[in-house]
Amino acid sequence: MAGLIAASDLVKLYTMGDETVHALDGVSFEIDRGGYVAIVGPSGSGKSTLMNLIGGLDTPTDGHLYIDGQDIGAMDDSDLAVFRNRTIGFVFQSFNLLPRLTAQENVELPLIYAGVEPKTRKARASELLHRVGLGERISHKPTQLSGGQQQRVAIARALACEPQLLLADEPTGALDTTTGKEIMGLFRALNGEGVCVVLVTHDLDVAAQARRTIEMRDGKIVRDQHAAASA
Amino acid sequence: MIRPTDLVGAAMRALRANPMRSALTALGVIIGVSSVVAMVALGAGAQARVESSISSLGSNLLIVVPGAQRGAGGVRGAAGGWDALTLGDAEAIERDVANISAVAPVQNANGQMVANGLNWNTRVMGVTPAYFIARDLAVENGRELDETDVSQARRVILLGPTVAENLFPNMDPVGQTVRLNGGTYDVIGVLETKGQSGFQDQDDMALAPLTTVKRRIAGRRGRGDSISQISIKAASEDVIPLVEADVIDLLRVRHRTNGDDDDFTVQNLASITDAMKNATQTFTLLLAAIAGVSLLVGGIGIMNIMLVSVTERTREIGLRKALGARRGDILNQFGLEAIALSVAGGAIGLVVGFLGAWAITGAMDLPLVLNVETPIYAIVFSGLVGVTFGAYPAWRAARLDPIEALRRE
Ligand SMILES: Nc1ncnc2c1ncn2[C@@H]1O[C@H](COP(=O)(O)OP(=O)(O)OP(=O)(O)O)[C@@H](O)[C@H]1O
Ligand SMILES: [Mg+2]
Repeated sequence: MAGLIAASDLVKLYTMGDETVHALDGVSFEIDRGGYVAIVGPSGSGKSTLMNLIGGLDTPTDGHLYIDGQDIGAMDDSDLAVFRNRTIGFVFQSFNLLPRLTAQENVELPLIYAGVEPKTRKARASELLHRVGLGERISHKPTQLSGGQQQRVAIARALACEPQLLLADEPTGALDTTTGKEIMGLFRALNGEGVCVVLVTHDLDVAAQARRTIEMRDGKIVRDQHAAASA
Repeated sequence: MIRPTDLVGAAMRALRANPMRSALTALGVIIGVSSVVAMVALGAGAQARVESSISSLGSNLLIVVPGAQRGAGGVRGAAGGWDALTLGDAEAIERDVANISAVAPVQNANGQMVANGLNWNTRVMGVTPAYFIARDLAVENGRELDETDVSQARRVILLGPTVAENLFPNMDPVGQTVRLNGGTYDVIGVLETKGQSGFQDQDDMALAPLTTVKRRIAGRRGRGDSISQISIKAASEDVIPLVEADVIDLLRVRHRTNGDDDDFTVQNLASITDAMKNATQTFTLLLAAIAGVSLLVGGIGIMNIMLVSVTERTREIGLRKALGARRGDILNQFGLEAIALSVAGGAIGLVVGFLGAWAITGAMDLPLVLNVETPIYAIVFSGLVGVTFGAYPAWRAARLDPIEALRRE
């Protein structure tokens, strides 16, 4: 089975005046299709930077990054937009729902940029909201939903275009423990359906759910550990 | 690729989210477009008024008056005095100048007219039947002057509508008599209305036979052979310059002048019309330009609000990009918002401008001239304003780095 993500010697530099920050300093790894990976590490170690590269929100300074066979470094802005739309589903710590739109309309957003016609995308959004357990609340606005419910809407939105890869940067960071567990349950279920999940977390309990843990420090991978087949 | 309807939908939704702000922003364009529309309509009305009043003086008309030319069309009474023009000049023109359809010598006079116990002070012009042709005059009621009236110096008179209304408010003046400078005159006709010429009320006058006016009404001015003016109608518009040149040549020979010391002036109505048309056109352009400045200010208002909007919605822009919006999609969405604001402003401004033009022309008693192209120009121009002033904010939005944008609070 070919790897979904293949990174070799990834470097990301940020220059601020005279100072150069090695946010990523030669990172190589592969992630299989259908994998479930947690990225951990202290603050400033480069976790978000790596996620941004994998998600096609940014391009590497050096090295190669192939996702689903596509060379991220060689894509222009328009290619990257299509790539993010089709291949990636993002889940953010702060949910990032548009406050004026209903849950259903928020889930429709990626489908709008995919050019899906209104009828189809409404049906799809409704179906996804049912799947994340929000079937009763499809016409609620974000302010009328709890944090956990908002994150479910965000997950439904991330799944809208049937991505191969779900990227979540601290998805439980803004939730209490119980709600966080529910969200993690949802990720596991989705992974069980074949979606590759890569998440960043500070919470060791959350990391323990993953089948593989990559630990970073100072822009480098310091540990890459596959969990023993766990429950 | 995003569907165009969804792009429009997203833009409309954003505008509806802030109805007050959108309305106030559009107001800038409404004021700009409506003032341009009103000013252009006003200018067109003024121009139509000038054209119609000048052409009402008579078509293909040349007027010879005593006195030398002064600068651009003005007349000075000095050289040669008021008696420089004679009946003999009129006869010579009729005899020797080709391409003429009428030559009408005119003697001006003033008089206090009395009838019915009412009186009215007006201009009385002594004319021949040719005057009716030269000035395109028609009789509303009664008859024109004929050759016999002139040859026998009959005491007959035609009244302009203003005079008729003032002296005979509730009756037909034809068949009645008026007293004028001590004599009694039979009213034989009432002229059709000519309206305002911009200089004077052309209906406030009376016509009597040339001979009668010279002998009985004009007093000292009527003595001798001199006349006040000669109206000449050229056979067609094309020959006006030719006739003008011939008349000048002929009169220079008769008056023994050589151009520097001319004691007469030939006024060409066509060139006066052109000059006045140009003047009103310039004036219209000036008004429209001033109004255009307010449209510019409206455009700057749009730019200002769009820049605020981009800043406020930075996170939304970042999110949309993360979800698959291309730069072009963001550019189009924000561009469309600006265009929608300005085109809506333009459409409302068009209506307000027409209403304004209607009110102003009504108050100024000008004709309301509505141009068919105005709505098209208004919409296209306001659209251009939206594109111009929306471009920079939309470009800023499109260029935002999604990572930066998502980090923003
Ligand atoms: N846009 C930027 N400009 C300059 N330096 C940056 C930029 N983004 C990140 N960095 C630097 O790169 C390094 C890695 O940052 P990154 O956000 O990836 O850390 P992180 O592991 O996600 O930390 P946290 O756990 O706090 O989210 C840090 O030193 C950070 O200051
Ligand atoms: Mg981070």
